[in-house]
Amino acid sequence: MAKIKKIVKRITVDAEKCNGCRTCEVMCSAFHSTPQWSSNSPAKSRVQVVRLPLRDIFLPVFAGEYTPAECGGRISYHIDDRTYDECEFCRAACPSRGRFVEPDSGLPLGCDMCQSDPPLEEPMCVHWCVRDALKYEEREIEVEEQVEIDALETALTAIADKFGWDKMMRTAARLTQKS
Amino acid sequence: MRYGETGYYLEIDLSTGNIERVQSDPKTAENFFGGVGSSLKIFWDRTTPETKAFDPENLLIFTNGLLSGTPIFGANRTFVVTISPVSNLICYPTAGGFFAPELKYAGYDKIIFRNKSPELVYIWINNDKVEIRDASHLAGKGAREVQELLKEELNDPKIQVAAIGPAAENGVLFASIEMDKGSASRLGGGAVMGDKKIKAIAVRGTKEVNLADGPAFIKHLEEARTYIIHRNANPLSHRHVEAIHDSLGSPQLMRDAEDKWHTQNFAWGNARYRRKDFWTDEIEESWEKSQEESVRRMISCFNCPSQCGALIMRKDGAPYMAKCFSKISYLFGSGIDDLEWSWKFIERTFDYGLDSYSTPQVMAFAVELRKDGILTEEDFAGTDDYPPCPPPEDKSGVFYWLLDRLVKGEGIGKILGLGTKQASEKIGKGAEAYAHNLIKGVEQMNIKLGMLDPLYFLMFATSEKQSITSIEGNWPQAAFRKYEDREEWIRDWPHVPFERFKQYILDWEPKGDKNAAPYYPTPPIASEIVDWMEENHVNDDSLGFCSGMSGFCFKPPFHCHNYYKFVNAATGLNLDEFEHRRVAHRIRNLHRAFNMRRGMTRADDNPPADHWKFRFPELEEELLTTYYHFKGWTDEGVPTRVRLEELDLGYVADELEEKGILKKVPPPTEEELEEYRKERMYKWGY
Repeated sequence: MAKIKKIVKRITVDAEKCNGCRTCEVMCSAFHSTPQWSSNSPAKSRVQVVRLPLRDIFLPVFAGEYTPAECGGRISYHIDDRTYDECEFCRAACPSRGRFVEPDSGLPLGCDMCQSDPPLEEPMCVHWCVRDALKYEEREIEVEEQVEIDALETALTAIADKFGWDKMMRTAARLTQKS
Repeated sequence: MRYGETGYYLEIDLSTGNIERVQSDPKTAENFFGGVGSSLKIFWDRTTPETKAFDPENLLIFTNGLLSGTPIFGANRTFVVTISPVSNLICYPTAGGFFAPELKYAGYDKIIFRNKSPELVYIWINNDKVEIRDASHLAGKGAREVQELLKEELNDPKIQVAAIGPAAENGVLFASIEMDKGSASRLGGGAVMGDKKIKAIAVRGTKEVNLADGPAFIKHLEEARTYIIHRNANPLSHRHVEAIHDSLGSPQLMRDAEDKWHTQNFAWGNARYRRKDFWTDEIEESWEKSQEESVRRMISCFNCPSQCGALIMRKDGAPYMAKCFSKISYLFGSGIDDLEWSWKFIERTFDYGLDSYSTPQVMAFAVELRKDGILTEEDFAGTDDYPPCPPPEDKSGVFYWLLDRLVKGEGIGKILGLGTKQASEKIGKGAEAYAHNLIKGVEQMNIKLGMLDPLYFLMFATSEKQSITSIEGNWPQAAFRKYEDREEWIRDWPHVPFERFKQYILDWEPKGDKNAAPYYPTPPIASEIVDWMEENHVNDDSLGFCSGMSGFCFKPPFHCHNYYKFVNAATGLNLDEFEHRRVAHRIRNLHRAFNMRRGMTRADDNPPADHWKFRFPELEEELLTTYYHFKGWTDEGVPTRVRLEELDLGYVADELEEKGILKKVPPPTEEELEEYRKERMYKWGY
């Protein structure tokens, strides 16, 4: 398959510059409110500042993938004389903690880089961080061209995963005969 | 749905344990905004002039401001409104940090405590779930320690805790309430909290704060953001202002080690003597080294682009967060030159929960009384529980000894815990003369200056805060020597309410007969300037701003020409600039009336006798009278009926008349009203 060029969007964090003000949380949640900017709630933000001041931990963490299972590891990391619990900078929404989960509905939250039409110059958390602890980067990379999987295929794969290919095929055949 | 505010108060009766979530009257926000403004109205309605600080009927209100929790920068102050045990007037110690917005996200604009708990308790507010919990395991624990313990106990590092230390538990009248990197310190909010037996309040909120017009709000905020970035990149010229005033917020003391300005201009000991040649190369070198080794990181309060606080991490102590003036206030009090000593000492004072303005002065007052024999060595003797006080030459040992006695309420410490004024009365034998740095019974900034300054005279004398802390701010502290500097200053100065203010700067000379202190700014001009700065602070305290983003700073991002835009977009109110200003004046006049109802008089509007070396009694009287008249007050400083009526405070005038505080007058004639309206247009533009 051919190689194609793709833009990778990334937010980098300079934890030394973070002063723990949580403006990024306020602005993220306000941007994602409906209607936009009508409300804010840091608990609903897709970036959460891990702020443990007396341990000198000031660390914005962005919401990543949802994981349906709790992880097995609980390792402590020592970075620059500070001890971090693994959970502290894990980006996943998971069943073992409330971070990156919509507090009312329990639905997971994921950072979408403030997807907007027309596109914004930079995500809102980066824009409003006047101390420059957050930086937005775009990087062009070459990747293998992949066939776009359409929605139907995704849905059928999900059903097959749940019920098994055999059962799904038999049901499909039966439904075809009926119609 | 309410916008800006949540529309709910949390009412807690500590004696019965009754907790209610009460919907507030939307008119209260419209007429008095949030924060201190609407709290004053509650106090006016629900206390009497006889209510004392430690009466069960005294309320203790924790409040955020109208704009707290909205995306606006710096609206993060928590105000603790109560009747002060120090001054017996209403007080509102305030703290930065994260508590106020968290309270709003939990769904409340205020927590209103009444009565007293029989046992030591803490309050746990988790959105709609509110509990009064036993706090016996926290008794005697430090304010910093309690915050950490409760976060652990309740298992969420995002919980915000307001806690008192042992000082408040033991009845020290100037005890503070500690919250993360903020302290609500002045005039004894902590003492009232201790008296009500609330060790701490923990709050966690995950709800939303709504805006009436979000896109408009963000548009206005975008302008402020652009300005803040510009100001951060272009601090004010040091030709105009001291280095410590060149930026927004008040990060200077934690950011810079160089502090010639405070150390040489402020008074050491119990606000007694200046050390005009204090700042030497050796001091500079040692302070720089000490600061560099101690300040791990500059930190911010909630949603604020300034970073005024510092995380202090030292080899020989537990980490803590320090703010601004405390770094030097204990040095001043003790007369010790070593910054290293201060870092260690203030660590302990933050855990004890003490006001770092009053405490060092009270201890220095005790040192003075000892030196002059008014307190004897018997007062400084040891007991089975504690050793005797070290000799006077061991300044550090003496201060540590005094601090511990004070906080534990032991021996002479029990009396010192009443504050300079009340302690001096109790000690007698001429101790009253040593309690010299007070206004309305409250310890003031430790400055002793030369020439009377008309602006500062008015601010010190009349501040309803009973302390000048952060009342001054938007106006330069001294005249600029060069005319071109004055021109440069006013070129970029949209903050003033009227163009005529710029001319006042141009005319203001550092020296001379007519256009320099003490005769310039003239009484009418001084009244206008002070009134404007006060108005900014009323807005800060009601909207919830840290004055580091508006009232306290030169050329701030938020000011009288844009406050109302944010208020309208947040709340859906439709005020124009002058209607907005009118609300601020309504709050200010209610504040004045409240204190007058409690017995405050013109005689109380009186700075310390030795505050300036050169005093001008006649001019001072003229300043006071002119200022009162400018405000629409009587010669005695009581708001007149016509002023109160036009601020929709007729009921206040009724009560003041009934109590004989205001002389009954016939209602104003149409001509008088017309005359008044003209004057009002000139003064305030509405």
